[in-house]
Amino acid sequence: MRHVSRAVSGWGNYPVAQCDVYRPETRADLAEIVARAPQSSLIARGLGRSYGDAALNAGHAVIQSDRLDRLLSFDPEGGVLACEAAVSLAEILDVFLPRGFFFPVTPGTKFITVGGAIAADVHGKNHHRSGSMAASLLDFQLLTARGDVLTCSREENADLFWATLGGMGLTGVILEARLQLRPVDTAAMVVDQEKARDLDAVLERCAESDDDYDYSVSWIDCLARGRSLGRSILLRANHAALEDLPASARAEPYAPQRRLQLSVPFTLPSFTLNPVSVRAFNTGIYHVHRSGRTVRDCDGYFYPLDRVHHWNRIYGRRGMLQYQCALPHESARQGLVEVLEELSSTRRASFLAVLKSFGAASEGVLSFPRPGFTLALDLPYTGPDALAALARLDRIVARHGGNVYLAKDACLDPQLFRDMYPGLERFREIKDKVDPEHRFSSSQARRLGLAEAP
Amino acid sequence: MSETALVVGASSGIGRAIAAALAASGTDLVLAGRNQEELARTAADLALRHGVKTSVRPFEALDFDSHPVLIGSCERLDGVMLCHGQQFEQEEAQADPQLARRMIDVNFTSAVSVLEAAARRLEAQGSGWISALSSVAGDRGRPSNYLYGASKGGLSTYLQGLDARLAGAGVRVLTVKPGFVDTGLTYGRPGLFLVASPEKVAADVVRALRRGRSVVYSPWFWWGILAILRAIPTRIFRRLSL
Ligand SMILES: Cc1cc2nc3c(=O)[nH]c(=O)nc-3n(C[C@H](O)[C@H](O)[C@H](O)COP(=O)(O)OP(=O)(O)OC[C@H]3O[C@@H](n4cnc5c(N)ncnc54)[C@H](O)[C@@H]3O)c2cc1C
Ligand SMILES: NC(=O)c1ccc[n+]([C@@H]2O[C@H](COP(=O)([O-])OP(=O)(O)OC[C@H]3O[C@@H](n4cnc5c(N)ncnc54)[C@H](OP(=O)(O)O)[C@@H]3O)[C@@H](O)[C@H]2O)c1
Repeated sequence: MRHVSRAVSGWGNYPVAQCDVYRPETRADLAEIVARAPQSSLIARGLGRSYGDAALNAGHAVIQSDRLDRLLSFDPEGGVLACEAAVSLAEILDVFLPRGFFFPVTPGTKFITVGGAIAADVHGKNHHRSGSMAASLLDFQLLTARGDVLTCSREENADLFWATLGGMGLTGVILEARLQLRPVDTAAMVVDQEKARDLDAVLERCAESDDDYDYSVSWIDCLARGRSLGRSILLRANHAALEDLPASARAEPYAPQRRLQLSVPFTLPSFTLNPVSVRAFNTGIYHVHRSGRTVRDCDGYFYPLDRVHHWNRIYGRRGMLQYQCALPHESARQGLVEVLEELSSTRRASFLAVLKSFGAASEGVLSFPRPGFTLALDLPYTGPDALAALARLDRIVARHGGNVYLAKDACLDPQLFRDMYPGLERFREIKDKVDPEHRFSSSQARRLGLAEAP
Repeated sequence: MSETALVVGASSGIGRAIAAALAASGTDLVLAGRNQEELARTAADLALRHGVKTSVRPFEALDFDSHPVLIGSCERLDGVMLCHGQQFEQEEAQADPQLARRMIDVNFTSAVSVLEAAARRLEAQGSGWISALSSVAGDRGRPSNYLYGASKGGLSTYLQGLDARLAGAGVRVLTVKPGFVDTGLTYGRPGLFLVASPEKVAADVVRALRRGRSVVYSPWFWWGILAILRAIPTRIFRRLSL
């Protein structure tokens, strides 16, 4: 099997690593790469929408699995879909939304693969009610370092099932999976928009009424200070019922609601980012937003960023860092105040910062979401000072019993990682059993001590 | 009643993309190739996405006796798309006559074997189409890949004749000449340029079939590149290390 040696990066374009990239055309190719590639370690890669170094393997091999992307079966009664791991959410929505089914977990982009969704145990705006990817995953097939293909579910190879969910590709390559899709009546969303003047107000509104909504997310102005610290706009939604659509749209409830997109409250700017423009943008959004209810296309609600293809490039060649942390309910308020104060005091501009509540955790050994609140934001990569700033945030988060999301991480310290992820020991045990030589490893895994350098 | 096309070598990168483009246009498919499990996954995928009927058949290029059986096994047949092929490095094939022969048998002899059987059936039926993936490499022999090129040049000439033979019978023949295409055949090879996606080639093929063309270069600009290459006088051509 031939490979291509090239520079690879995640969605943040930082860091960049030279990797040997394989691209299997068939499952037999993939098995041969795992068994015989001369590089000492390998990591699977989907659509590269993780931000940092999770899908990188500096000096080693990356398996670009995008050709193994077939839909295998669908049961229209039960809504169970079987597909290969490189099928993307976008494709699933294209094929199944017109048939009345929605993907049950919806991250902020639909350009991610089923394999990546499992490996990061991704969450969506509905986590407070519906949980993470784990909740709709029935089972999957895993190709292990020894070349075995194991079916993993809650009953069969359960340890491996829970270690692979959130396991960042380190247990093997997911070949195919069975997922439970969610029936919907229309392709539209009923969105309630509401302003909250400060952090207390937004936390209070979430606690009071998130349960009335399937989906809840708040855009938070990271640069507001003092009394306005944490001022936000809540965007909460439910799938629209047929009656919610204008009469003219009811005949084709699953058609994209193009006309409704007129009501999208903001479009993203394409100007270069600097603290002044970001501040203007954040303030602008806050003041322009009106409270009220709109019926919108689901793409507009779930994936506003996907409309601007390669929006990550607006951060320029140096790239960006994405930061996402979760804080338990008890310490969420205090932790968020400290994080936001740290950010606004160092004037680190965040283009988009998002706050949402998390519901119950899954049993994923290294899964990120835990009950409480999560904050996600991005910062331009300005050099080591940016990493130092994130390290300060990491310490705040760890001190408050929180954790950071591996799918977005590029620089977490291994000691803090151990504090944040108590499942680490168990994960290492399971990995050592299925992959004793650490055939599967990544730049991130070596940095965090999840795998040895072979 | 929708059309049925047989895609031979449907596990190839370009073959899979053409199968998908045909399915998207509503054509039922019979997918033939060596790896039945792979084909079954592709067949399930295309049926689910596009709502067409799909089935799979075994196909081994060098098992010549099986070719008429394959053609006969299709209940309905409106088109045959031949997509299998093999490319060994020129030096290896030059050093090992077995390899050279194998490449010619896979790319040329087996194609003739399959398509003659297909031609008989479609000619009798009085309708349908035949197409095969030849290559720009067949347009002029170059020292760096004339063994592969010759197998494709032979195929192009064969298809040219077949086209003339079947025109009166209402059967169209399309010769496809791709440039570099991003598949397992080329991935990781040095010296590639202007590489097209398999989907681009597939779209060109389906459009050319619809328009009843007899030859299509894909992407189109390879037509110009090859026109120039063919026009270079032999004396000069010899001195270019192509
Ligand atoms: C704009 C944007 C918004 C986002 N919003 C959210 C959000 O709201 N919630 C959320 O949870 N995440 C979010 N993410 C992160 C994203 O969902 C995850 O990083 C996801 O894992 C990306 O999937 P991918 O297919 O691109 O995988 P990659 O980035 O290619 O890989 C991610 C990890 O999955 C592993 N992997 C991929 N395929 C396989 C396989 N077949 N077998 C084994 N391991 C595999 C890789 O080894 C790697 O560790 C967002 C990302 C972006 C760019
Ligand atoms: N890629 C390019 O740049 C390019 C350019 C011009 C022309 N072409 C031509 O286009 C065609 C498809 O190429 P591709 O790029 O899609 O290549 P590919 O992905 O490597 O596919 C080659 C196909 O040929 C099949 N095959 C090889 N030997 C066979 C045999 N003995 N019996 C049956 N099947 C056999 C393979 O089957 P298995 O899956 O079972 O191995 C595979 O399906 C080839 O004829 C090639 O010469 C390609």
